[in-house]
Amino acid sequence: MLFLKDLVKTFTQPDGSVLPVLDIPEFRVAAGEQMVLVGRSGCGKTTLLHVIAGIGRPDSGKVRIDDWDITLMPEAECDRFRADRIGYVFQTFNLLAGFTALENVLLSMRFARGRADKARARHLLDRVGLSHRMTHRPAQLSVGEKQRVAVARALANKPQLLLADEPTANVDAGHQQQILDLIHETCREENVALVLVTHSDEVAEQFPRVDHLEEINRSVVGYVQKDEDN
Amino acid sequence: MSLWKVAWRSIQQRFLVSALTVVSMGLGVALVVVVLVVYGVVYQSFHRGGEGYDLIVGAKGGREQLVLNTVFYLSQPVGNIPYDFFEELTIGKFASTVELAVPVCMGHNYQGFRVVGTVPEMFGELKYRGDKSYEFAQGENFKAENHFDGVLGATAAARTKLLVGETFQAVHGSGIGGRTHKQSFTVVGILAPTGTPVDRAVFVNMYGFHDIHHAESLTSGEESEHHDGHEGDAHHEHFDQIKEITAALVCIQQYPPGRTDVVARAINKSQVAQAVVPARVIADLFESVVGKLQWILLGMAVLTTVVAGIGIMVSIYNSMSDRRHEIAVMRALGASRTTVMLIIMMESILLALMGGALGLLLGHGAIWACSSLIAEWTGVAVGLLQFQRVELILIPGLIALAAAVGYLPAMAAYRTDVSKSLITTP
Repeated sequence: MLFLKDLVKTFTQPDGSVLPVLDIPEFRVAAGEQMVLVGRSGCGKTTLLHVIAGIGRPDSGKVRIDDWDITLMPEAECDRFRADRIGYVFQTFNLLAGFTALENVLLSMRFARGRADKARARHLLDRVGLSHRMTHRPAQLSVGEKQRVAVARALANKPQLLLADEPTANVDAGHQQQILDLIHETCREENVALVLVTHSDEVAEQFPRVDHLEEINRSVVGYVQKDEDN
Repeated sequence: MSLWKVAWRSIQQRFLVSALTVVSMGLGVALVVVVLVVYGVVYQSFHRGGEGYDLIVGAKGGREQLVLNTVFYLSQPVGNIPYDFFEELTIGKFASTVELAVPVCMGHNYQGFRVVGTVPEMFGELKYRGDKSYEFAQGENFKAENHFDGVLGATAAARTKLLVGETFQAVHGSGIGGRTHKQSFTVVGILAPTGTPVDRAVFVNMYGFHDIHHAESLTSGEESEHHDGHEGDAHHEHFDQIKEITAALVCIQQYPPGRTDVVARAINKSQVAQAVVPARVIADLFESVVGKLQWILLGMAVLTTVVAGIGIMVSIYNSMSDRRHEIAVMRALGASRTTVMLIIMMESILLALMGGALGLLLGHGAIWACSSLIAEWTGVAVGLLQFQRVELILIPGLIALAAAVGYLPAMAAYRTDVSKSLITTP
């Protein structure tokens, strides 16, 4: 379902030097598969998610989602593809402050299809346990509730792939498990492939597949080839 | 959820700054509205005066002065024309083409209001503002046989506080300070408001107008004194038979068309009188005096609106640094660069339209609040919802202005680096 091949991404630093961030020979995720990417801070986890989502462009390589290589798409087409097929849960929730919980979900639909499906938005918020908070704005929601709205928003357009960037990092321990369970269950119900990035071993332990970025990204200091590569 | 709603929510989020921007735009638009409405009022006030007759026949001289004096009761009379010439219009060689000719005589005032000597046909047959007949709010028209009766225009009656049945004495000349005639006139009627200069004048029987001199010369024998207060070349004859009038208001038969110019040319060839088409002279006067001033005022008002528009740009542009993260989130959710650019443009348009609506309300509200004063000064009634046609360009004009000033912040949104802005903590 997701296939990365010879993916290279570098950043040019203010002094002109080039900083390699991603150099991934190959990476695959199957349809409906739930996996976790583990890596220490600064090893390129967020950058990788941005490249998969088409938010950031790689220097070279392929990013295939099903039959489409998003690196070959014009930007506008890539935006539409992202809206239609990729859900994104941010570490800092990134709910739009001026909109209610329901509107945050509807807005995602608006960008994808040009129209909003209110019934589905309500269903999703109901599914994440926020049927009573739909008309509340982010400032009126608890941290856990914000992240649940973010999950509902990410699933609004029935994506095939959900990218979650440290979704529990800013959530207290009490809500952490609740959020993880929610992501697990909703992805399973909607048959959505999940790539969840974390630096927490506690979170990683709950997934059947755990990939260490140090093992797939040759740009990371301390890159260790996987056994099967030897 | 429409993009307009997204833009509206952004405005709501920055309520105070948005409100101040709207007020600033509103004041600019209100100024434009006031200038346009006042221009319209002045235009109407100017043009209404000369409607109702086709020609003014008066003494040779400046045609503008003849119109100012005869239509607006301003300036000094150019001079007089022989009554014989007036009779050429009514029973002489022009009679076949002249439908109606009403003589007017000037040279007196009462409390600063012009006293005009005329005939009952002035209010019985002559129309005003095209085809409207004069109506009396109180009393009735004066009769030809009652030489010392008069009627008052609505504003003149209100200001002088004269009532039907009361008497007044005309003062020599067209300004205050002249000698007061001993002979009194009796008010027999007060005209309903017409919205024309007639409202601000006092009308008396033309024979009485001349007789007051004659009566005084009989009692005092000092005929020569009577001319002391006269201004210009206006003179009055002190006899029962009138020998001169100041001007004539002439209606020409409409069929076949084009007769007005034929008659005017024929009169202008004579040595004693000139004929002017008041509508043309008024249009020229208006354009040369008020027209240019209106453009200057309008230019200043538009400039104020443009400055307010730049205020919108500054307001949105300043907010862009705070909103980059929000825009990046929208982009991450699938909004294209064009979509976020459109949202910013819509925000600018909404602010401008709200400012426009506020400006229309403020402008027309201010005009409405001053409507009684305007009606008194100009005779033009202005209602709260009386729009000038030219105001229709305000809305597309504001949208164009908003699109222009919104372009710069919209481009900033367009160029937002999504990846970098998402990493930045909001």
